[in-house]
Amino acid sequence: MTGSVPRIGVVTFPGSLDDRDALRAVRLMGGEPIPLWHADRDLHHVDAVILPGGFSYGDYLRCGAIARFAAVMQEVVTFAARGGPVVGICNGFQVLCEAGLLPGALIRNRSLRFVCRNVWLRVETGQTCLTTGLTPGETIQIPIKHGEGQWVATPEQLDEVERDGRVVFRYASRAGIVEDDHNPNGSTNAIAGIRNASGNVVGLMPHPEHAVDPDVGPEGGQPLFASLLHTAMAGVGA
Amino acid sequence: MTTFSFEVLVTLKDGLSDPQGTAVESALPALGWSNVRHVRVGKHIRLDVNADDAGSARAQVEEMARRLLSNPVIEDAHVMEAASS
Repeated sequence: MTGSVPRIGVVTFPGSLDDRDALRAVRLMGGEPIPLWHADRDLHHVDAVILPGGFSYGDYLRCGAIARFAAVMQEVVTFAARGGPVVGICNGFQVLCEAGLLPGALIRNRSLRFVCRNVWLRVETGQTCLTTGLTPGETIQIPIKHGEGQWVATPEQLDEVERDGRVVFRYASRAGIVEDDHNPNGSTNAIAGIRNASGNVVGLMPHPEHAVDPDVGPEGGQPLFASLLHTAMAGVGA
Repeated sequence: MTTFSFEVLVTLKDGLSDPQGTAVESALPALGWSNVRHVRVGKHIRLDVNADDAGSARAQVEEMARRLLSNPVIEDAHVMEAASS
């Protein structure tokens, strides 16, 4: 049900932290923010879904392990299977991995430390709901803030992700050089974000919702939200 | 129905870096133990299951371990029978 303004749902789980910022970013970028609740059994006709950052269910057992069983996740899985755009940010990325919508898993940072700073990302593909307006090779600045952001995968999953062009972002220098110095958490191949096979599901550790307002930080999140709103307007998931 | 008790040990797969284990290892010398290597930190989960027999109970716990208690991408799970509580 796509109107003149795309409806972007943001799920609040118990312990979600960045749902308000994600809703605000949608509004600032010209979309209609729709709050979704973890116990919801329908998605209120949204055109895209964001799973926000935070500590859903206290990160008990493993990050994202319990959120995956929330009632709303059944709907999100169905929506994604129909081609609906779904973006998982930070804890939302962890939830997507635990739900099996994206490959791999996120473990404790290599440094043992929580990291909170702006990073540069090199865009690897424009063929996702989050990067349609971007060109591979360009760099954007977005903050990260996580303790468990080291993406790892089985050798088979890693082969598939690299071979099929499913890496969406890598940690890099401002000039787009991928070196270990720029990898804040030890992620395999400096991977900061990945997509599913068809590109409608994207997970990333950095926080584009904190990077849309020039008054409070970098603006690297703007083209990502613009892409998501554009994809949602096209009504892929409707 | 009978109650069967189990313990499940969840550990990071060999070869994956274990930052928690590294943190513990680097703290031990402060207490005088500089002779410790290869510290790995895991999770211990204890539970009781009502089932018809021990085989069924174990099969169910093995499935729980695979589907929820561990993430098979990064972790191994060992299911052990435990003394009844």
